[in-house]
Amino acid sequence: MTEATSLPQSDALIWMIILAMGIGTFAVRFSFMGLLGGVDLPPWVLRYLRYTSVAVIPALIAPLVAWPAATQGQTDPPRLIAALVALMVGYWSKNVLVTMVCAIAVLLLAQAALT
Amino acid sequence: MTTSTTKTSRSAFWQGARAALPFTFVVAPFGLLFGVLAAEAGLDLFQIMGFTVLVVAGAAQFTALTLMLDDAPTLIILTTSLAVNLRMAMYSAALTPHLGKATIWQRAFAAYTLTDQAYALSTVKFEDGVFETLGQKLAFYFGTALPIIPLWYGSSFLGAAIGQSIPAGYPIDFIFPVAFIAMVAPALRTLPHIVAAFVAVTASLLLGWVPYSGGVIVAALLAMAAGAETERRMQGARV
Repeated sequence: MTEATSLPQSDALIWMIILAMGIGTFAVRFSFMGLLGGVDLPPWVLRYLRYTSVAVIPALIAPLVAWPAATQGQTDPPRLIAALVALMVGYWSKNVLVTMVCAIAVLLLAQAALT
Repeated sequence: MTTSTTKTSRSAFWQGARAALPFTFVVAPFGLLFGVLAAEAGLDLFQIMGFTVLVVAGAAQFTALTLMLDDAPTLIILTTSLAVNLRMAMYSAALTPHLGKATIWQRAFAAYTLTDQAYALSTVKFEDGVFETLGQKLAFYFGTALPIIPLWYGSSFLGAAIGQSIPAGYPIDFIFPVAFIAMVAPALRTLPHIVAAFVAVTASLLLGWVPYSGGVIVAALLAMAAGAETERRMQGARV
C-alpha cells in the first residue's frame, strides 16, 4: 500500500452519498425532538433501537475479520488474534486508544512471528 | 431576575462543557483516524470535511467508508450507515421531554449536535432535576457540544492532512475492524447486548454469500430482534 487507493465511486456519487447521509443522519436526530414532539414511542420500538449499534457494527466487521480483503479473503490467524485482543482490551479498558494500540501491536507481532 | 437567569444559564453552559471534557480523549482519536483512513481511501480534503461537518457521526462515517471501499451498491451503503445511527432516534426521543419546547431553530441545532456524549451527559443531568428552566437545560446541552463538535472537525482535518504520510507496508486495512471493536466492546455489559452481538457475528458470517453486503443488514435485523427479545424475557422473568 504505497499510495492512496482510489475508491470505485465517481466524485459525483461520493458527494451524493455524503449529502444523503448528512440529510438522513439529521433526520434521525431531529425526528422526535423536531417533528414527533408529543408522540410516545411504543416500548418495543425503543427496545429495538437500543440494540442497533451493537447489532449493526458486529455484523459489519465479522466478515472483515474472518475473510480480510488484504489476504484475498483467506482467513488470517494474526488478524483473528488481534481482533480477540481488541475485544478483550476494549471490554476491560473501555479506552479506544489503548485498545487500538494493543490490537495493532499484537497484529504486527503475530505477523512477524507467524511468517 | 433576568440577570440571575442569564447567569445560571451561563454557568449551566460551562458546566456542560466541563462535563464533556473527558470525552475529548474518545472523540479526537476517532476523528483523526477517520481523516487518515478517508485520505488513504482516496477521498479529497473537501469530501472528508464534507463527511465530518455534514454527517457528524463517527460510526456511520466509518461504515460508509468501509462499504464504499468494498464497492457495495449505493443503496446498501446508505441503508447500513444510517442503520448504525438509528440509536440517535432513541436519544432524540429521550431528550424530547426536556428540550421539546425550545424554538424550532434551537431544536434543529440541538439535533445537529446530538451525539452519544451529549445524550448520555444531558439525560443523566436532566433526570437529576438540577435544572428547572428550559434555558438552563439548553445551555447545559449546548455546553456539552463545545469540546466535542469543534474537536471532531479539527481532528478529522488533521487526520486528512497527515493521511498521506502513513508509512507503507502496515496492515492499515485492519484498523477499521479494530476501531469498530473498540467502539462496541465496552457496550457488551448486559446479556441482551452480548446476545445481539453474538447473533450479529454468527448470522453475518453465515450470510456472507448474500451479494452486495446484503447479509449485513439481515444479520443486523436478526441481532436487534434477538437483543430486544432477550431484554423482554429478562424483564418478564423479573416481574
